[in-house]
Amino acid sequence: MAIDIKMPALSPTMEEGTLAKWLVKEGDTVKSGDIMAEIETDKATMEFEAVDEGVVSKILVGEGTDNVKVGTVIMQLDGEDAGAGGSTASEQAAPADKNAATKDDNPAADAKADEKKSDKVEDSAHPAQEKVETGARQMFEAAKHDAEVRDPAVPEGTEMVKITVREALRDAMAEEMRADDRVFVMGEEVAQYQGAYKVTQGLLDEFGERRVIDTPITEYGFAGIGSGAAMGGLKPIVEFMTFNFALQAIDHIINSAAKTNYMSGGQMRCPIVFRGPNGAASRVGAQHSQNFGPWYASVPGLIVIAPYDAADAKGLLKAAIRSTDPVVFLENELLYGRSFEVPKLDDWVLPIGKARIMREGSDVTIVSYSIGVGLALEAADKLAEEGIDAEVIDLRTLRPLDKQTVLASLAKTNRMVVVEEGWPTCSIASEISTIAMEEGFDDLDAPVMRVTDEDVPLPYAANLEKLALVSADKVIAAVKKVCYRR
Amino acid sequence: MAKAPARAPAPSEPPTSNRERPNEPQPYAASKDELLKFYEQMLLIRRFEEKAGQLYGLGLIGGFCHLYIGQEAVAVGLQSALSGDDSVITGYRDHGHMLLCGIPPKDVMAELTGRQAGISKGKGGSMHMFSVEHKFYGGHGIVGAQVSLGTGLAFAHKYRNDGGVALAYFGDGAANQGQVYESFNMAELWKLPIIYVIENNQYAMGTSVNRASAEDQLYRRGESFRIPGLQIDGMDVLAARGAAEEALAWVRAGKGPIILEMKTYRYRGHSMSDPAKYRSRDEVQAVRDKSDPIEHVKKLLSEQGVAEDELKKIEQDIRRQVNESADFAESTPEPEPSELYTDVLVEKY
Repeated sequence: MAIDIKMPALSPTMEEGTLAKWLVKEGDTVKSGDIMAEIETDKATMEFEAVDEGVVSKILVGEGTDNVKVGTVIMQLDGEDAGAGGSTASEQAAPADKNAATKDDNPAADAKADEKKSDKVEDSAHPAQEKVETGARQMFEAAKHDAEVRDPAVPEGTEMVKITVREALRDAMAEEMRADDRVFVMGEEVAQYQGAYKVTQGLLDEFGERRVIDTPITEYGFAGIGSGAAMGGLKPIVEFMTFNFALQAIDHIINSAAKTNYMSGGQMRCPIVFRGPNGAASRVGAQHSQNFGPWYASVPGLIVIAPYDAADAKGLLKAAIRSTDPVVFLENELLYGRSFEVPKLDDWVLPIGKARIMREGSDVTIVSYSIGVGLALEAADKLAEEGIDAEVIDLRTLRPLDKQTVLASLAKTNRMVVVEEGWPTCSIASEISTIAMEEGFDDLDAPVMRVTDEDVPLPYAANLEKLALVSADKVIAAVKKVCYRR
Repeated sequence: MAKAPARAPAPSEPPTSNRERPNEPQPYAASKDELLKFYEQMLLIRRFEEKAGQLYGLGLIGGFCHLYIGQEAVAVGLQSALSGDDSVITGYRDHGHMLLCGIPPKDVMAELTGRQAGISKGKGGSMHMFSVEHKFYGGHGIVGAQVSLGTGLAFAHKYRNDGGVALAYFGDGAANQGQVYESFNMAELWKLPIIYVIENNQYAMGTSVNRASAEDQLYRRGESFRIPGLQIDGMDVLAARGAAEEALAWVRAGKGPIILEMKTYRYRGHSMSDPAKYRSRDEVQAVRDKSDPIEHVKKLLSEQGVAEDELKKIEQDIRRQVNESADFAESTPEPEPSELYTDVLVEKY
């Protein structure tokens, strides 16, 4: 019986990948568990194992082929077991064995991978596996929106290149490491593994193990060592595999890094960057899905940055590394694989503490940051179709907060919605609402509305997760409410 | 009953170890001048701390105030062996270590009274004092934090290849914190130049070592990380200095971290309000009578023929210095209200 073997997906959001290598050839006999091929995305490499037994009859997609859609038939197998178990299965299920994806003990990275160029329209000739419509996917899809307003920091006539957020972060670190020997990066899997999310890809090769340092799994310890090294005159970049794990290290981030300059009367500094993915990813459950933006943003002595697109990721990470203050730099895993335009400049550095107008509008202001910006822009597009002209502001820095930009926009539109992928209580959205009330009260024509995740730990089930997370539809509903439209 | 620290520690080598070990430290053969210096430094700390206790009683010092009285030989002996490239970090019982780093007593005392002229402009207080200029990196209020931070200082020394060593002090209480062992692991893994000094004063607040530590021989706490440890009489400044010599030789040879467990004793309460119910007055008195580190050196000096008058003069000088620093700390102004908002961040954004 002929069995169609399809291109597997490494993650719920993957749409295509590279067939890097065949480990079998036509005529080979395979049995369950044999590795047949290596599949790659920009994030990960996966060994594709056989589930069925049989003889390879035809290889349909050659080695080295890029952009192979998930679900494409890549080979055919002559099954040997027809009737053995009464099996009528005619094809092997596309989803890959997760254990084969990354052969380590890193459940975070294992469970999560994304792909490049997945903002491409799906090829209808190769219908992909049935995709579960998840909340993360909605956010991921929306995160393809570029700013409609050119960043004023980009000089006129600058060439723009499209790179992923992941590449932008890596380039920022590499450029600053080239410029300043005091800068080094440490964290779990940052060196030999090339980064749990491949953000530090290539850094070990360029800078060597003195400056790109794999740590044991020991967040409290290496956050303290990083902070101490900063006090001792170096400029560490400490990567947390995710900010969820930084809870084990939060003592050093707050008690050691944030407070030292003040407690020492300004004589002992702690110029350190704590960076890594923050917020919900895709289907990773409550312990791996939390936005710590409001936590850190409440702490005097810290700078907190949460960029949305690649240009901001690069320009702000470079600024963070140069800063003599401790910085918490909150990235978003769903955004890593997203491509955006970045100015091609030798030294693209952005000011910390300045929000950015992503889209100009006159009817309502939508304030957001990180992945929420994509949802805000998507909502704005849809609202435009209904005659509502929304202005979208990306806060970019959560501390210090750019109140002026927010209040100036409020003065123009008189209505405000804050979109935040995170919990509602004591959120950045709460803070913006308070600022609007205290300092922009006379400009308000309607109460400020918060569009946030539901006030529950993030559930695993796809339908519940989708219900819990922010979405463009929720933004649209809130905007209509503050505009008194139905 | 009294638990006076033993003068001669038992040989600390595990019988089966085939790893390289540091040599068993020998008491330092101090010259008369060096001995006088040790005496002077220990006495300065003692008188300074006594004065701080008085100012606390008068309400001039607030909050927490952890005195170093009884433990003077540890910091004096160890820090006398350091070079200008080395860095020091400790917890909140930090006044003595600061004085030994060369920070003027009046700057420390003015910080204790919360004045603008204090080393942290009055914004740190007893537990949070620093002087990067003197390579003293705090002064940390979270038990055990200085162990990871100190390991970071050692990391910086190695990264810069500047030949410096980090000296990280912590107590028997901090020795049970998890981050201590996370730091031990990385320090040995990366062969960082650090001396971990466990100041075992027998009590973590009111909990004695053997009520808190399954392995109460704290010098062994590095064994599972292959970090050698030495148990030293911390009431003997010459033993402390001798241990520092061995430890520095080990670390400077690139052999990685080493642990010194300094058996010592705190005469005063944990902080200023201490119930004193967890040990008897007799126990404290017995240590003072038998093992006082200052009396010990005084005796050695007498044996070397130093006249009583000379010691008196040192004592008078120190009293004058301490009184001056107290007068200064009482009279110098509090911070300007505008200082409230300075130093939160270094840069403007």
